[in-house]
Amino acid sequence: MKVTPVNHAKAAEEFIKDTSHERFHDKRLWDLRQKRDEQMHALPEWQELRSLASQIKEHTLTHLPDYLEQFEANATKNGIHVHWAVDAAEHNRIVGEILKKHGVRSLIKSKSMVTEECEMAPYLAQHGVCVIETDLGERIQQLDKQMPSHIVVPAVHKLASDVAKLFAKHYNTDPDDDDPHSLAWAQRLAARPVILSADAGMTGVNFAVAETGSFVVCTNEGNADLSATVPKLHIATLGIERLVPRMADLGVFIRLLSRSALGSPITQYTTHFRAPQKGSEMHVVLVDNGRSHRLGMKDFWTSLKCIRCGACMNTCPVYRRSGGLSYGAVYSGPIGAIIDPTFNERKYSTLPFASTMNGSCTHVCPVKINIHEQLYQWRRVLAEHHELPFVKREMMRMAGKLLGQPKLYRAALRGAETALSVVPRVLLYNAMNPWGKNRELPPPVSQTFYAWYQENRIKKG
Amino acid sequence: MKTTMKIGLFVPCYIDAFFPKTGIATLELLEKCGQHVEYPMTQTCCGQPMANAGCNADAAVAEDLFIRNFARYDAIVVPSGSCANHVRHHFDAIPQTDEVEHVRRNTYELVEFLHDILKVQEFPWAEFPHKVGLHNSCSTLRSLRTASMSELGESFFSKPMALLSHVKGISFVTPKRPDECCGFGGTFCITEEAVSVRMGLDKIQDHYTAGAEYIVSADSSCLMHQQGCAERAGVPIRFIHIAEILNGSRA
Repeated sequence: MKVTPVNHAKAAEEFIKDTSHERFHDKRLWDLRQKRDEQMHALPEWQELRSLASQIKEHTLTHLPDYLEQFEANATKNGIHVHWAVDAAEHNRIVGEILKKHGVRSLIKSKSMVTEECEMAPYLAQHGVCVIETDLGERIQQLDKQMPSHIVVPAVHKLASDVAKLFAKHYNTDPDDDDPHSLAWAQRLAARPVILSADAGMTGVNFAVAETGSFVVCTNEGNADLSATVPKLHIATLGIERLVPRMADLGVFIRLLSRSALGSPITQYTTHFRAPQKGSEMHVVLVDNGRSHRLGMKDFWTSLKCIRCGACMNTCPVYRRSGGLSYGAVYSGPIGAIIDPTFNERKYSTLPFASTMNGSCTHVCPVKINIHEQLYQWRRVLAEHHELPFVKREMMRMAGKLLGQPKLYRAALRGAETALSVVPRVLLYNAMNPWGKNRELPPPVSQTFYAWYQENRIKKG
Repeated sequence: MKTTMKIGLFVPCYIDAFFPKTGIATLELLEKCGQHVEYPMTQTCCGQPMANAGCNADAAVAEDLFIRNFARYDAIVVPSGSCANHVRHHFDAIPQTDEVEHVRRNTYELVEFLHDILKVQEFPWAEFPHKVGLHNSCSTLRSLRTASMSELGESFFSKPMALLSHVKGISFVTPKRPDECCGFGGTFCITEEAVSVRMGLDKIQDHYTAGAEYIVSADSSCLMHQQGCAERAGVPIRFIHIAEILNGSRA
């Protein structure tokens, strides 16, 4: 099947055209970045925490098989059923079978990026299970049939007025009442009966602890707690990288997570799950889905340290102005741009180029992933794998040749007028139109520096 | 001040073609600081455009030529943070010989060269009676580390501001997002035109609202992009390379 690369630039252009959305989006996420900065300033040990978090994750990832087995053994001892899924299909099949065995028709779910990654909801729908998101942002996205546009605030690209219109369609509320309290109330009224009557609940996992076989879920709405504890069946699903070795390690991550994500000291709910409630069943699905392969990639394995805080998105000047949906992937923004190509190199070949490589992401990352360096490295890999557009590839080949031959280069540049038509070609391919669409060219000059030097320094000796 | 070194001046392609004044100012400034400076006539480019596009192999010929031009100097100085960053941190399309390592180790962006190596404390010839907004390119800020970055919460330092503070009459405005990228990004400014321009306009507006008459930077590529955006949008703000101010330009 022919795979077309995601056209991030075009989607971003559309997003920017809609000024009110783009302005809000930039402002809202920049506000989160600033709140994150305030939290950082309040903790003198911030950089030490980042280093510790990075070290713990790198240690865990380099001993992953041991810790996974330790987790499995301890979780099993606690009475949790542990499953292993090699890929998305197996994950969905496992979840489907558990649900079938319990005769589940309705499943309430809290936020989980892995289930998005595995496209679980459509799969379960085909098997007669109705999946309802309980996280407000996720529910908005589900009603609007869109992917989450941000890993922490999934509907951040929408205005309250968009949500009012969407809720009016589904909940029969007033389409003009965009007061956030009314909207939250409408969602609460709609969600509570669903939660109370659900057959099963599903959550993601923020951290799984190998030494205890327990896991932690962090939310701000308490919806994960409801999803996990109201029904008699709780399934938690996680990528295999979400392990930490010891309970003592958790403190480092809990302190960093919400501060980095939202600029709050801690999430409203930090719930530890250790064993099923009396009369209930608890299942954990450990998902690989390409992670083992990524772990073996010399330049990219540290992307598995990610704790999904979204700080890189909040700080990214490109993400803030293009919106998460423009990435056309479950994982958007800087972290998305370095992990998406491991899922489908051609489809996401454009994403490492949707960056100015400014490096802000790397320096806010609480686990010190060198995101912008991995973006740079991905560009090389993609060029080597022939995943660059033909024109770009050819222009770079020609530019490289020309820039290696001073005589030819000078001949091409001779005269300041021709310089105007040649240099941008060397510098920015031959495409002058995109430059000039919304920008003027630099004013013409009478002579190049080279010509000036020759006239004023060489000839005058 | 150190004893006189033999300095090779690297004038990047877009400065050569569009901003020759910046090249001239750099040359004259280094000479005023007592340095012996040469401009090798067969220089072209450091290879950055190809390497940043992922086409590293295509950068090899330019990198090789760069070495042939500059290996004989004690220091190579360039009035561009992104080019200095490429030479120092990326430049690996060719075998890493002693010569290559010498060049990579001794290539400096102009501000860091003046600040760290020559340790220049005064520019008696310089006067710039204007309000300026300082734009640190991402390469100088986060790779060459010539200023503190807000992401790390570190104590404030700014090598370009330290140098500019020796200029008579100059004053600085404080933009709201001083570390935000302006959206140039090399080929990004063409392939992601809409985002690039939006970022450029935001950058200009931030400085203009803060009261800047000029945006000053150590990177002409950022300035070229911002100037293009400002002119088209009709934002009355001017642009100048730090070399020109330090060399005594008054406007």
